[in-house]
Amino acid sequence: MTAYIIRRLLYAIPILIGVNLITFVLFFVVNSPDDMARMQLGDKRVTETAIESWKQAHGYAKPLLYNPEAAGIGRLTETIFFEKSIRLFIFDFGSSDTGRDIGHDIAQRMWPSLAIAVPVLLVGLAFNISYALLIVFFRATYIDFASVVLLVAMMSVSGLFYIIGGQFLLSKLFHLVPISGYDTGLQAWKFLILPVIIGVISGIGAGTRWYRTLFLEEISRDYVRTARAKGLSESRVLFGHVLKNALIPILTGVVVVLPLLFMGSLISESFFGIPGLGSYTIDAINSQDFAIVRAMVFLGAVLYIVGLILTDLSYTFVDPRVRLA
Amino acid sequence: MPLIPVVLWTDALVYLLILLILLIVGFALYTVRHEHLRAPWLRVFRSRVGMATSVLLGFYVVVGVLDTVHFRLKLDQPATDVSTPIRYAPEVLSLLDVITSGLRERQEKSYSAPFAAHLFVKEAIEQPDGTLLRDYPRLVHGGAHLDDPARQRGLDIAWRALWGVLQGLLISVMSLSGLIWMMARARGESVGSTRAAILAGRGPLPWRYAFAMLAILIVLILVAAELSAKYHIMGTDKVGEDVFYQTLKSIRTGLLIGTLTTLVMLPAALLLGIMAGYFRGWIDDVIQYIYTTLNSIPGVLLIAAAILLLEVYMSNNADQFASLVERADLRLLFLCLILGVTSWTGLCRLLRGESLKLREVEYVQAATALGVGHVTVITRHILPNVMHLVLITLVLDFSGLVLAEAVLSYVNIGVDPSMHSWGNMINGARLELARDPVVWWSLTAAFVFMFVLVLAANLFADVVRDAFDPRLRTAL
Amino acid sequence: MSTRDDVLLRVEGLTVQLGDPARPARVLEAVDLSLRQGETCALLGESGCGKSMTALSLMRLLPPSGRVLGGSVRLRDTDLLRLTEAEMRRVRGGRMAMIFQEPQTSLNPVMSVGDQIGEAVRLHGEGRRAPAAERVLALMKAVGIPDPARRVKEYPHQLSGGMKQRIMIAMALAGDPELLIADEPTTALDVTIQAQVLGLLKDLRQRSGMAVLLITHDLGVVAETADRLAVMYAGQIVETATTAEFFKSPGHPYSRRLMSSLPAADKRHARLAVIPGRVPSLERVFHGCRFAERCDSASPRCHCDEPAWHRLSSGQSVRCHLFDPLENLPSQERRPGTQDRPGTPNQLAGFQRGSEPLLRVRGLKVYFPIHRGVFRRVVGQVHAVDGVSFDLHAGRTLALVGESGCGKTTTGKGLLQLTVPSGGSIRYQDTELNGLRHRQMRPFRKDLQIIFQDPYAAMNPRMLVGDLIGEGLQALKIHATRAARERRVAELLELVGMDSSAAARYPHEFSGGQRQRICIARALAVEPRLIVCDEPTSALDVSVQAQILNLLKDLQDRLGLAYLFITHDIAVVSYLAHAVAVMYLGRVVEHGSVDEILEDPRHPYTRALLSAVPVVDPTRRRSLIRLEGDMPSPIDRPQGCHFHPRCPQAIAACRNAYPEEQRLSESRLVHCWLALA
Repeated sequence: MTAYIIRRLLYAIPILIGVNLITFVLFFVVNSPDDMARMQLGDKRVTETAIESWKQAHGYAKPLLYNPEAAGIGRLTETIFFEKSIRLFIFDFGSSDTGRDIGHDIAQRMWPSLAIAVPVLLVGLAFNISYALLIVFFRATYIDFASVVLLVAMMSVSGLFYIIGGQFLLSKLFHLVPISGYDTGLQAWKFLILPVIIGVISGIGAGTRWYRTLFLEEISRDYVRTARAKGLSESRVLFGHVLKNALIPILTGVVVVLPLLFMGSLISESFFGIPGLGSYTIDAINSQDFAIVRAMVFLGAVLYIVGLILTDLSYTFVDPRVRLA
Repeated sequence: MPLIPVVLWTDALVYLLILLILLIVGFALYTVRHEHLRAPWLRVFRSRVGMATSVLLGFYVVVGVLDTVHFRLKLDQPATDVSTPIRYAPEVLSLLDVITSGLRERQEKSYSAPFAAHLFVKEAIEQPDGTLLRDYPRLVHGGAHLDDPARQRGLDIAWRALWGVLQGLLISVMSLSGLIWMMARARGESVGSTRAAILAGRGPLPWRYAFAMLAILIVLILVAAELSAKYHIMGTDKVGEDVFYQTLKSIRTGLLIGTLTTLVMLPAALLLGIMAGYFRGWIDDVIQYIYTTLNSIPGVLLIAAAILLLEVYMSNNADQFASLVERADLRLLFLCLILGVTSWTGLCRLLRGESLKLREVEYVQAATALGVGHVTVITRHILPNVMHLVLITLVLDFSGLVLAEAVLSYVNIGVDPSMHSWGNMINGARLELARDPVVWWSLTAAFVFMFVLVLAANLFADVVRDAFDPRLRTAL
Repeated sequence: MSTRDDVLLRVEGLTVQLGDPARPARVLEAVDLSLRQGETCALLGESGCGKSMTALSLMRLLPPSGRVLGGSVRLRDTDLLRLTEAEMRRVRGGRMAMIFQEPQTSLNPVMSVGDQIGEAVRLHGEGRRAPAAERVLALMKAVGIPDPARRVKEYPHQLSGGMKQRIMIAMALAGDPELLIADEPTTALDVTIQAQVLGLLKDLRQRSGMAVLLITHDLGVVAETADRLAVMYAGQIVETATTAEFFKSPGHPYSRRLMSSLPAADKRHARLAVIPGRVPSLERVFHGCRFAERCDSASPRCHCDEPAWHRLSSGQSVRCHLFDPLENLPSQERRPGTQDRPGTPNQLAGFQRGSEPLLRVRGLKVYFPIHRGVFRRVVGQVHAVDGVSFDLHAGRTLALVGESGCGKTTTGKGLLQLTVPSGGSIRYQDTELNGLRHRQMRPFRKDLQIIFQDPYAAMNPRMLVGDLIGEGLQALKIHATRAARERRVAELLELVGMDSSAAARYPHEFSGGQRQRICIARALAVEPRLIVCDEPTSALDVSVQAQILNLLKDLQDRLGLAYLFITHDIAVVSYLAHAVAVMYLGRVVEHGSVDEILEDPRHPYTRALLSAVPVVDPTRRRSLIRLEGDMPSPIDRPQGCHFHPRCPQAIAACRNAYPEEQRLSESRLVHCWLALA
């Protein structure tokens, strides 16, 4: 087990190097810092000096990979590759193109993101599993049929409409909660409740339908027949046997996204004006702040790999058959 | 020549896709002889949902294809002047634009509600007596034929709608009778018995559901055509463009994103997935490394980065693009490519797993024992037996990609802002939500058209998956 | 016969359909069955005859599309079909319990076995004084699970197949059932484990006095365990008899055919009887006798009138017109016979032993490395095949016998380089095959071929039969043109007894037996000298198995093929093989001619294996040597002789070293310390 974790962590290194290389190529080779400067400065006929000073100001006035002018180890370290890419490995994200400390921003904006993402996940999970169980209990009846139609319809609606519709109904028509904004501390709840409700609702279609499929798959297995042959009632078969087995894919599916919750939700955060990492990313994209996008790519990759490792570990806890070696 | 064809990059890919589909259909006709190849398709069309949704999807596809045939019209020139070279309009049009030219050309000044006869915003109107009055001005086109819109409009709409319904019913009856006549001829039966069988729902395929869906569509199209000749049935947007026209134009964008993305990622996913599963060893390690790495980059961010870079490139090399249309088209293609890069890993992993299983299956072992080479084993034994997975992935991914387009455009990393797409429509309308009263029609139009397409695609995907997944078939 | 009182279960006119009501599968039609208290009754039939459906209908556990259309099921005075679902639940697992064929999948994988038994105990244990936990342990002990206190916390995947089936039985016993329905309880198990489980069932029945309805396709199992039996065919019961009567003189033509299609040593020089055609689809409507079209005693009447039950003087009841006393023919005398062609004597003149072997295998090893630790270093090996040696001669069959996991299939694949051997030598004529690369091996692919176990998995479902058979011809460039290939394919189809029109059809259109013929044709296409037959008949029904065995034998006689016949079925070995090698845990423990091994086994494992095989003929029955426990894992093999922990005769020497090869005769080799003594 320990050996397994160590091996997986070691395997993460080449992957992160790969991610780094891809972002490096995307950001500095395909488009040179000169291009970026021209883009940022806006005008096509910017002077060379303006470009140089922009690069100087944002730390791009260095060679890409090798600096022949520096001395000793500096030949490698005083380069864009080292300063902008390698440093990410020690979670030194540097400063954004507008000069803010990215690491500090991330640490601050993480919490509002979690404040939405965690309730959405938990409430959604509880609701979807209960609903799926209900459907499966009444399988092959009209409840089942109508629910499936409803679920497919729900998953055919774009997430944007849930947000727009929710905002319109709850905030504009009924004035129940503020449309958008955020507050610190406990005051935040009234800003959070609408995004959470909408997040849960928009996940019902796909989530419940998937769980229903999982349950139905389990219900056709041989051990369920054995359980029935023992004389167990249908509800005990469902809760005692089927649920236990179906929870394995459900839980591991949840674990893989757990770390990514930190990244926040791009759309709902920007719609509701929540100062989380999702809206941070969107703002960076819109203001074309490459330093932040780069940092978020790296952070996302790290969290994804953590999620994969956690998934494997969670299998050992919920499934007695799995042994990691 | 009165026009010059224009083939954009995405058009070329669409033609390629159509060619592929025709090949598949040709192959399907060949397979009609072969029960087991035909069986899954039969299962698709035996389902009522499959029949109805495929007609609906067919409508979207027809609109999309009409919008794909691009050309530039010849400019009117004095006929006497032979020496000057023929000049073509700079504007690239599609067949759809020509068909809906009325919609396209009837521009208003700004927002107007559906079926409105007046603009949505007050303007200073010069009265005949020279005074200025702030009021809602009459629209240039919408309801312009009415003298007193407030009184006449309701009745006029009702009459036109009724007239549209009648026309639609007439055309439906005629076209359905034609179809039944053709089917009767193909089956060698009398028209009467074929019609009776179809209406009663006898026979292997539930044709009546397809026919009903077709009739509904024809009636709707005719009603819409009749009404939109005199009104903006879905209103107009900020610059006065007809929203109905916009949403029709958005169909092509949605369909392209949904299909081309899968098309461009398919070769890589197929090749790498099968190679990883079949050869195992270091090849497998390398391929797994590649897709784990790509997968670990958050998809939206990768798309954002790539699109941002494309923007940088385009703004720095603006002179390379002949027209805005071409530029928007390249951006769309690039978006499909990058969406493909972020989405091929799922299929690749699926194919790897299936190939791993298949290489141990006895018929592959038997082929190896008979000295069949690797390439032949892959093309003859592995590839045909994973194609159902490809098909299932294709239809399952489609609706997700259509929805993704809207979200990406909302974040400004989707299609070009000048391109018609549901995402852009929502994005544009979102800013106006704060207005009171609300400008709701762009959103609603995009919602309805997107919802119908995605719902049909989801239902169809379910039917296809049930029909092709051998695992699901064994359950009683 | 019997007093009415002790009838425990009485099924009358049970009719069940499955699937779409418009096109139903008539899985059961007017099934009558009765079971007396404490009796074992076997329900015998081939796959798809409706025997499992009978069991599920009795338990009222039919799949959702199943419907009972008529009839009654009475358990003593209770009409089961009239009970409410809640009442039925008390019967299920209480008065009537059931165990299933696949112990692997029939237990909940994420629940400890103790909990699973405990669940049944708590459900049906009202009024018992002992707490549930103790009762669980007692039940586990009763079904012979060693160290139940430890096992109770284990999960199904930690137990072997035999242990899982014991857990299933313990679960079934929790409610002290009056009737136990065992649906192919040992089919998925090896013979030695099968003997253990059947023995256990017998013991339990004697101790508790419950009745057992044993559902099986295996005549041997029936002969050894059942008191009475009912033969099912295509959804109907066609014969009921006591076991003794039945095996002395089966009545129904189907039963007789079934008996005579069993392979055995005394039929070695004859063809086996076969039942032509295939089991009819249950979706069609029957007129007359369902067996009529495959029956060689059928009269015109059989095709239109459904036969009634007739009681024979010998005591059994048969559903066949031949026994109708109103028929003017004296039926007893004109019992349908098995007039088979006299067997063609083996023409072995040219291929006698002593000639140069075709293939010489020495010390073949196939290891699979086990990776562990941070850097996935190899920390151990799975010794799947560990030093196997034998010769294969033209025109002769070597049977490789052993239980699942002993490495026999890996040996076969290793020979053909389908699995890369880790060591040893495979000399084909003058060439060493081991170590050849994919490309270098190609010239030898022509001579060495393989037939697989599962004819359904062995053919690409998307290829035409003609292309399948021609695949080797094309790959090895034997016939370059399509026309030449097509001619050859037609010849081959004829050779395996199929119509040449089959070439233009797809595999799924054929039955299991026909598919296996096509697989044989594919292997024969390249004119091999040696064929590895990897359990080619174990997925087939007895009557179909006979067809394939006949075919293989014919082909060997005509073409002088050498077979390496991998099987676990001793009856097939005795019928087909010339020499036998018995494998245990990756090694051959005994090797000799078929007579030597079967008549006079010397290795204790061979003896135990042979004694565990259920035999139809009571005079040939051996006293059972019951082996304890399961075969150890090839990762962690016992020190010394691998067999010693289970060996009833183990001596001190067995623990210390693996026994050397002992040559007992010109043809016989044994690895056992006792063989010398």
